[in-house]
Amino acid sequence: MGDATGGAGTVIELDGVEKVFEVRRRAGALRRTRHEVRAVDGISFSVPRGEVVGYIGPNGAGKSTTIKMLTGILNPSAGRIRIDGIDPTRERTRLARRIGVVFGQRTTLWWDLPLRDSYHLVRRMYRIEPARYARNLEACVELLDLGPLLDVPVRQLSLGQRMRGDIAAALLHDPEVLYLDEPTIGLDVVSKTKVRSFLREVNAERGTTVLLTTHDLTDIETLCRRVMVIDHGRLVYDGDLAGLHAVGESERTLVVDFARELPPVELPGARCVRSEGPRQWLAFPASASAAPLVAALADRFPLVDLSVREPAIEDVIARMYGAAEDRRSGA
Amino acid sequence: MAESAERWEAADAGPRGVGRVRRRPGAAAFQAGWAYLLIVGMWVRSTMAYRLSFVMTALGNFAATALDFVTIVLMFAHVRVLGGFTLPEVAFLYGTTSTAFGVADLLMGSMDRLGRRVRDGTLDTLLLRPVPVLAQVAADRFALRRLGRITQGLLVLGWALMRVDVAWTPVKVVLLPVMLVSGAAIFCAVFVAGGAFQFWASDASEVQNSVTYGGNTMLQYPPGVFARELVRGVTFVVPLAFVNWLPALRILGEPDPLGLPGWVDFLSPVVAFCCCALAGAAWRAGLRSYRSTGS
Repeated sequence: MGDATGGAGTVIELDGVEKVFEVRRRAGALRRTRHEVRAVDGISFSVPRGEVVGYIGPNGAGKSTTIKMLTGILNPSAGRIRIDGIDPTRERTRLARRIGVVFGQRTTLWWDLPLRDSYHLVRRMYRIEPARYARNLEACVELLDLGPLLDVPVRQLSLGQRMRGDIAAALLHDPEVLYLDEPTIGLDVVSKTKVRSFLREVNAERGTTVLLTTHDLTDIETLCRRVMVIDHGRLVYDGDLAGLHAVGESERTLVVDFARELPPVELPGARCVRSEGPRQWLAFPASASAAPLVAALADRFPLVDLSVREPAIEDVIARMYGAAEDRRSGA
Repeated sequence: MAESAERWEAADAGPRGVGRVRRRPGAAAFQAGWAYLLIVGMWVRSTMAYRLSFVMTALGNFAATALDFVTIVLMFAHVRVLGGFTLPEVAFLYGTTSTAFGVADLLMGSMDRLGRRVRDGTLDTLLLRPVPVLAQVAADRFALRRLGRITQGLLVLGWALMRVDVAWTPVKVVLLPVMLVSGAAIFCAVFVAGGAFQFWASDASEVQNSVTYGGNTMLQYPPGVFARELVRGVTFVVPLAFVNWLPALRILGEPDPLGLPGWVDFLSPVVAFCCCALAGAAWRAGLRSYRSTGS
């Protein structure tokens, strides 16, 4: 079915996509100044069928704006978008049948209705065949533990429960593409794990293409082979996660509690960035393993406790973008 | 998965990526109506799960609107004629506009929530579904309790028809239902146009309410009690006069304060159709503006 549904197995295609907002600001009693904000500034990429892509970047980088254009909520100011061969601007409702969307910050379900009624309405709206609907609902209910929640109105669900409910709703019609805008935001560890393993399963079993934005690096690590980084409306990185750390020269931090106060320790491949009483923070490259470092420490010093902190994705990107700026101004 | 995907191919075998699948306006309207009924049906079922609560709120709705009419009855305790109209004649105006407005309020009353949806971003979720946004906004939280208002309007209208002094002709008998349907359509159009306006001014629902609820209250009284400019305004600008004033004047045999030609009294269906077309165009423009500005 490859050539029937878009060119050469490519599901998402963007070519020079821009989104410019005109912002009016009050400047005095009556005067208003207008200026343009380029939320998305010339983005091109394509995603092959069945791939899971992380779309990350700091707040206000243009992630949500991109997703809104890919789903047909917003029209691009310039450029070309095709989802499964469909132009979202011109055929929003036809596209809607082929995509599933989950917004972490808000629900697409009906606030006052029990999940079961919401799903029933989804079935009618998307004209899902009863047999397929029953099969998909059963699978979602089982994998996402929705059984006891089906008769609870959406407004009474906890954030994690609601999120699981939303994800199920987005998959009942077997979408080709699933967009997830911060699907794990505000969830506890158990819910996060549940959501991640479910998404992995959906991708593996149905071959659903997934585009996901997140601030949680673990989401990316467990789900995505490919990462795209957007900043100031431009794509600044497109590749795998390891490459991102290399490019961003990101560092993990080993937080060590020694048995007593020590002068800042010096070890090859790590540097002490902070020390507070018996606790020290040692930075080491994110691409390196923590094991030899821990072994070396345990060898030489009396340890009480240690933990590894992953680099915040914002830091990685900030560094990366900073490095890019430096190179540009240096050249 | 592959099997289901192929089924979708078969389901919409339009040209792909080469241009828009052209839909006839009739098909689009059918789609919208189908989606509207779907959502309304679900809200009605969910309302009926709490039958007692529904009966109480419907009665409340009935009582609240009935107070309007009590005001008018009390007024007639002091005067015999108001703006040249007797109590049964005013009741006729009241009953017709209340019924027409009640139907529109029942069908489209949720439109005034659009501004809030634009502000808090929940409109986005409606754009993700494969059914027309207008149907989703209009059907959202369909409030069956508004039947209370319609019931009250119909009761007053029934009383007025028994008391009013009219020489009924076949034309007048046909004009009455035509007037009610056209009136409801005109009010629906105002609701939709008001909703469309909120795409640009998201806190403008009060403007809409002043035209819909305010207009309804105004039409409950004879045109003679209002200033000529106001009557002109609701005839030519927002053509609410076609909801009941002009056709009712014909039925009651009262003179038209604006002195318009007699055939104008029969124009309500035409005016209603034009209003709906304009409101539809305004809605589409509003939605287009939203999708290009995101605000």
